[in-house]
Amino acid sequence: MYIGRVIGHVVATIKHPFFEGRKLLIVQKLNLNGTPSKTYDIAVDDVQAGIGDKVLIVDEGSGARQILHGGTTAPVRAVVAGIIDDVEITA
Amino acid sequence: MQLARVVGTVVATQKSQRLDGLKLLILQPMGLDGKVGSSYVVAADAVGAGPGEVVLYATGSSARQTEATKDRPADAVIMAIVDTVEINDTVLYEKADEA
Amino acid sequence: MKFARVIGTLVSTRKVEGLGGIKFLLVQPLNEQREPDGEPYIAADATAQAGYGELVFVVASREAALAMPHSFVPVDAAIVGIVDDAYTEG
Repeated sequence: MYIGRVIGHVVATIKHPFFEGRKLLIVQKLNLNGTPSKTYDIAVDDVQAGIGDKVLIVDEGSGARQILHGGTTAPVRAVVAGIIDDVEITA
Repeated sequence: MQLARVVGTVVATQKSQRLDGLKLLILQPMGLDGKVGSSYVVAADAVGAGPGEVVLYATGSSARQTEATKDRPADAVIMAIVDTVEINDTVLYEKADEA
Repeated sequence: MKFARVIGTLVSTRKVEGLGGIKFLLVQPLNEQREPDGEPYIAADATAQAGYGELVFVVASREAALAMPHSFVPVDAAIVGIVDDAYTEG
Protein backbone atom coordinates (compact mmCIF):
# COMPACT_ATOMS: atom_id res chain seq x y z
CA MET A 1 0.00 0.00 0.00
CA TYR A 2 1.09 3.55 -0.44
CA ILE A 3 -0.12 7.09 0.10
CA GLY A 4 -1.23 9.16 -2.85
CA ARG A 5 -3.05 12.30 -3.80
CA VAL A 6 -6.01 12.33 -6.18
CA ILE A 7 -5.11 14.67 -9.04
CA GLY A 8 -7.69 13.80 -11.66
CA HIS A 9 -10.15 11.37 -13.15
CA VAL A 10 -10.69 9.36 -16.33
CA VAL A 11 -13.88 8.90 -18.35
CA ALA A 12 -14.13 5.95 -20.72
CA THR A 13 -17.15 4.60 -22.58
CA ILE A 14 -15.40 1.62 -24.12
CA LYS A 15 -13.86 -0.41 -21.31
CA HIS A 16 -13.68 -3.85 -19.80
CA PRO A 17 -17.12 -4.73 -18.31
CA PHE A 18 -15.63 -4.88 -14.80
CA PHE A 19 -15.11 -1.10 -14.86
CA GLU A 20 -18.75 -0.43 -15.75
CA GLY A 21 -20.17 2.04 -13.21
CA ARG A 22 -16.86 2.42 -11.37
CA LYS A 23 -15.01 5.69 -10.94
CA LEU A 24 -11.40 5.84 -12.14
CA LEU A 25 -9.10 8.30 -10.39
CA ILE A 26 -5.61 9.50 -11.31
CA VAL A 27 -3.47 9.27 -8.20
CA GLN A 28 0.01 10.69 -7.70
CA LYS A 29 2.16 8.70 -5.30
CA LEU A 30 3.48 10.82 -2.42
CA ASN A 31 6.89 10.72 -0.80
CA LEU A 32 7.13 10.27 2.97
CA ASN A 33 7.45 14.05 3.43
CA GLY A 34 4.21 14.57 1.51
CA THR A 35 5.75 15.86 -1.71
CA PRO A 36 4.55 14.33 -5.00
CA SER A 37 6.73 11.61 -6.51
CA LYS A 38 7.02 10.96 -10.25
CA THR A 39 4.86 7.84 -10.08
CA TYR A 40 1.14 7.77 -10.72
CA ASP A 41 -1.58 5.20 -11.17
CA ILE A 42 -5.11 5.03 -12.49
CA ALA A 43 -7.02 3.45 -9.61
CA VAL A 44 -10.59 2.31 -9.05
CA ASP A 45 -12.34 4.37 -6.36
CA ASP A 46 -14.01 2.49 -3.50
CA VAL A 47 -14.43 5.35 -1.03
CA GLN A 48 -15.89 8.33 -2.96
CA ALA A 49 -12.58 10.18 -2.94
CA GLY A 50 -12.31 13.52 -4.72
CA ILE A 51 -9.62 15.66 -6.31
CA GLY A 52 -7.11 16.89 -3.72
CA ASP A 53 -7.81 14.08 -1.24
CA LYS A 54 -4.90 12.23 0.33
CA VAL A 55 -5.67 8.54 -0.10
CA LEU A 56 -4.50 5.02 0.70
CA ILE A 57 -3.82 2.90 -2.39
CA VAL A 58 -3.77 -0.89 -2.46
CA ASP A 59 -1.63 -1.89 -5.44
CA GLU A 60 -1.90 -5.66 -5.63
CA GLY A 61 -4.40 -7.76 -7.53
CA SER A 62 -5.92 -10.13 -5.00
CA GLY A 63 -6.23 -7.44 -2.33
CA ALA A 64 -7.86 -5.16 -4.88
CA ARG A 65 -10.31 -7.88 -5.92
CA GLN A 66 -11.28 -8.49 -2.27
CA ILE A 67 -12.07 -4.81 -1.77
CA LEU A 68 -14.05 -4.50 -4.99
CA HIS A 69 -15.76 -7.89 -4.75
CA GLY A 70 -14.19 -8.77 -8.07
CA GLY A 71 -14.15 -12.53 -7.56
CA THR A 72 -11.03 -14.14 -8.97
CA THR A 73 -11.30 -12.69 -12.44
CA ALA A 74 -11.39 -8.88 -12.22
CA PRO A 75 -8.48 -7.31 -14.14
CA VAL A 76 -7.69 -4.79 -11.42
CA ARG A 77 -4.61 -3.98 -9.32
CA ALA A 78 -4.90 -0.44 -7.94
CA VAL A 79 -7.75 0.63 -5.66
CA VAL A 80 -8.36 3.79 -3.67
CA ALA A 81 -9.11 2.04 -0.37
CA GLY A 82 -9.28 4.92 2.08
CA ILE A 83 -9.26 8.69 2.53
CA ILE A 84 -6.45 9.64 4.87
CA ASP A 85 -7.18 12.09 7.67
CA ASP A 86 -3.74 12.24 9.12
CA VAL A 87 -0.32 10.64 8.83
CA GLU A 88 2.08 10.83 11.72
CA ILE A 89 5.76 10.11 11.18
CA THR A 90 7.35 9.38 14.51
CA ALA A 91 10.91 8.35 13.70
CA MET B 1 5.08 -7.63 -23.72
CA GLN B 2 8.29 -6.80 -25.51
CA LEU B 3 9.71 -7.41 -28.98
CA ALA B 4 12.97 -9.32 -29.16
CA ARG B 5 15.16 -11.24 -31.55
CA VAL B 6 16.16 -14.83 -30.80
CA VAL B 7 19.96 -14.87 -30.73
CA GLY B 8 20.79 -18.16 -29.06
CA THR B 9 19.94 -21.30 -27.14
CA VAL B 10 20.77 -22.38 -23.60
CA VAL B 11 21.62 -26.02 -22.95
CA ALA B 12 21.91 -27.19 -19.34
CA THR B 13 22.11 -30.85 -18.46
CA GLN B 14 22.30 -30.33 -14.74
CA LYS B 15 19.41 -28.13 -13.75
CA SER B 16 16.44 -27.89 -11.44
CA GLN B 17 14.01 -30.74 -12.13
CA ARG B 18 11.31 -28.13 -12.38
CA LEU B 19 12.99 -26.89 -15.59
CA ASP B 20 13.07 -30.31 -17.29
CA GLY B 21 11.73 -30.26 -20.83
CA LEU B 22 11.65 -26.48 -21.15
CA LYS B 23 13.33 -25.06 -24.23
CA LEU B 24 15.35 -22.01 -23.19
CA LEU B 25 16.29 -19.34 -25.72
CA ILE B 26 18.38 -16.19 -25.46
CA LEU B 27 16.57 -13.05 -26.56
CA GLN B 28 17.74 -9.52 -27.17
CA PRO B 29 15.01 -6.89 -26.74
CA MET B 30 14.43 -4.89 -29.93
CA GLY B 31 13.85 -1.15 -30.10
CA LEU B 32 11.56 0.77 -32.44
CA ASP B 33 14.47 1.28 -34.82
CA GLY B 34 14.53 -2.50 -35.30
CA LYS B 35 17.92 -2.77 -33.61
CA VAL B 36 18.83 -4.79 -30.55
CA GLY B 37 20.78 -3.33 -27.65
CA SER B 38 23.26 -5.05 -25.38
CA SER B 39 20.75 -6.39 -22.85
CA TYR B 40 19.37 -9.92 -23.05
CA VAL B 41 16.94 -12.25 -21.36
CA VAL B 42 16.66 -16.05 -21.14
CA ALA B 43 13.08 -17.06 -21.93
CA ALA B 44 11.17 -20.34 -22.08
CA ASP B 45 9.74 -21.06 -25.52
CA ALA B 46 6.02 -21.85 -25.80
CA VAL B 47 5.66 -21.52 -29.58
CA GLY B 48 8.63 -23.25 -31.26
CA ALA B 49 10.69 -20.17 -32.10
CA GLY B 50 14.06 -20.43 -33.80
CA PRO B 51 17.30 -18.43 -34.08
CA GLY B 52 16.95 -15.10 -35.90
CA GLU B 53 13.21 -14.87 -35.47
CA VAL B 54 11.54 -11.79 -34.00
CA VAL B 55 9.26 -12.78 -31.15
CA LEU B 56 6.95 -11.39 -28.52
CA TYR B 57 7.69 -12.31 -24.91
CA ALA B 58 5.88 -11.78 -21.63
CA THR B 59 7.43 -11.50 -18.18
CA GLY B 60 6.50 -11.94 -14.54
CA SER B 61 3.91 -14.41 -13.29
CA SER B 62 2.08 -14.05 -16.63
CA ALA B 63 4.97 -16.04 -18.08
CA ARG B 64 3.70 -19.14 -16.31
CA GLN B 65 0.34 -18.97 -18.06
CA THR B 66 1.10 -21.40 -20.90
CA GLU B 67 0.87 -25.20 -21.07
CA ALA B 68 4.67 -25.32 -21.42
CA THR B 69 5.41 -23.13 -18.39
CA LYS B 70 2.47 -23.81 -16.06
CA ASP B 71 3.73 -24.26 -12.46
CA ARG B 72 7.31 -23.95 -13.72
CA PRO B 73 9.93 -21.54 -12.41
CA ALA B 74 9.89 -19.43 -15.57
CA ASP B 75 9.79 -15.62 -15.48
CA ALA B 76 9.85 -14.94 -19.22
CA VAL B 77 8.07 -16.79 -22.02
CA ILE B 78 8.02 -16.47 -25.80
CA MET B 79 4.32 -16.36 -26.61
CA ALA B 80 4.23 -15.34 -30.30
CA ILE B 81 6.38 -15.30 -33.40
CA VAL B 82 6.06 -11.91 -35.06
CA ASP B 83 5.11 -11.57 -38.74
CA THR B 84 4.77 -7.80 -39.03
CA VAL B 85 5.15 -4.69 -36.90
CA GLU B 86 3.76 -1.42 -38.25
CA ILE B 87 3.99 2.08 -36.84
CA ASN B 88 1.44 4.33 -38.47
CA ASP B 89 1.76 3.14 -42.08
CA THR B 90 5.46 2.44 -41.84
CA VAL B 91 6.59 -1.17 -41.61
CA LEU B 92 9.11 -1.53 -38.79
CA TYR B 93 9.60 -5.24 -39.29
CA GLU B 94 8.34 -7.80 -41.81
CA LYS B 95 9.31 -11.41 -41.45
CA ALA B 96 8.97 -12.15 -45.18
CA ASP B 97 11.63 -9.51 -45.95
CA GLU B 98 14.20 -11.51 -44.05
CA ALA B 99 13.47 -14.97 -45.47
CA MET C 1 -3.31 1.19 -14.60
CA LYS C 2 -1.42 3.65 -16.75
CA PHE C 3 -2.11 5.85 -19.73
CA ALA C 4 -0.68 4.92 -23.13
CA ARG C 5 -1.01 6.01 -26.74
CA VAL C 6 -1.50 3.42 -29.51
CA ILE C 7 1.36 3.93 -31.97
CA GLY C 8 1.39 0.73 -34.01
CA THR C 9 0.17 -2.77 -34.69
CA LEU C 10 1.70 -6.21 -34.61
CA VAL C 11 0.67 -9.29 -36.58
CA SER C 12 1.50 -12.83 -35.51
CA THR C 13 0.08 -16.02 -36.96
CA ARG C 14 1.98 -18.34 -34.63
CA LYS C 15 1.17 -17.73 -30.98
CA VAL C 16 0.23 -19.67 -27.88
CA GLU C 17 -3.21 -21.20 -27.53
CA GLY C 18 -5.93 -18.91 -26.21
CA LEU C 19 -4.72 -15.83 -28.06
CA GLY C 20 -6.50 -16.46 -31.37
CA GLY C 21 -8.27 -13.35 -32.62
CA ILE C 22 -6.55 -11.12 -30.07
CA LYS C 23 -5.17 -7.83 -31.39
CA PHE C 24 -1.68 -6.77 -30.29
CA LEU C 25 -0.83 -3.09 -30.34
CA LEU C 26 2.38 -1.17 -29.90
CA VAL C 27 1.87 1.51 -27.26
CA GLN C 28 3.84 4.48 -25.93
CA PRO C 29 3.55 4.79 -22.14
CA LEU C 30 2.48 8.23 -20.89
CA ASN C 31 2.76 10.09 -17.59
CA GLU C 32 -0.22 11.49 -15.69
CA GLN C 33 -0.21 14.58 -17.94
CA ARG C 34 -0.42 12.23 -20.95
CA GLU C 35 3.13 13.02 -22.10
CA PRO C 36 5.44 10.25 -23.41
CA ASP C 37 7.35 8.62 -20.57
CA GLY C 38 9.36 5.43 -21.03
CA GLU C 39 9.96 2.88 -23.75
CA PRO C 40 7.14 1.60 -26.01
CA TYR C 41 5.88 -1.94 -25.43
CA ILE C 42 3.24 -4.32 -26.77
CA ALA C 43 -0.19 -4.65 -25.17
CA ALA C 44 -3.04 -7.05 -25.93
CA ASP C 45 -6.26 -5.18 -26.72
CA ALA C 46 -8.92 -6.45 -24.29
CA THR C 47 -11.43 -3.90 -25.63
CA ALA C 48 -10.95 -5.22 -29.19
CA GLN C 49 -11.73 -1.67 -30.32
CA ALA C 50 -8.61 0.41 -29.77
CA GLY C 51 -7.05 1.98 -32.83
CA TYR C 52 -4.06 3.96 -33.99
CA GLY C 53 -3.53 7.24 -32.17
CA GLU C 54 -6.01 6.53 -29.40
CA LEU C 55 -5.45 7.34 -25.73
CA VAL C 56 -6.03 4.18 -23.70
CA PHE C 57 -5.37 2.79 -20.24
CA VAL C 58 -3.47 -0.40 -19.66
CA VAL C 59 -3.40 -2.87 -16.79
CA ALA C 60 -0.05 -4.60 -16.28
CA SER C 61 1.28 -7.85 -14.79
CA ARG C 62 -0.78 -10.98 -14.04
CA GLU C 63 -3.97 -8.90 -13.87
CA ALA C 64 -3.64 -8.24 -17.60
CA ALA C 65 -4.38 -11.90 -18.39
CA LEU C 66 -7.62 -11.66 -16.41
CA ALA C 67 -8.89 -9.04 -18.86
CA MET C 68 -8.63 -11.42 -21.82
CA PRO C 69 -11.46 -13.68 -23.11
CA HIS C 70 -9.38 -16.73 -22.10
CA SER C 71 -7.57 -15.84 -18.89
CA PHE C 72 -4.99 -18.65 -19.01
CA VAL C 73 -2.74 -16.72 -21.39
CA PRO C 74 0.76 -15.26 -20.96
CA VAL C 75 -0.34 -11.63 -21.29
CA ASP C 76 1.44 -9.08 -19.06
CA ALA C 77 -0.13 -5.86 -20.43
CA ALA C 78 -3.72 -5.39 -21.61
CA ILE C 79 -5.64 -2.37 -22.89
CA VAL C 80 -8.79 -2.28 -20.74
CA GLY C 81 -10.29 1.07 -21.72
CA ILE C 82 -10.32 3.81 -24.34
CA VAL C 83 -10.21 7.28 -22.77
CA ASP C 84 -12.95 9.72 -23.79
CA ASP C 85 -11.90 12.40 -21.38
CA ALA C 86 -9.27 12.79 -18.68
CA TYR C 87 -8.89 15.66 -16.29
CA THR C 88 -5.73 16.34 -14.30
CA GLU C 89 -5.16 19.36 -12.12
CA GLY C 90 -1.85 21.23 -12.38
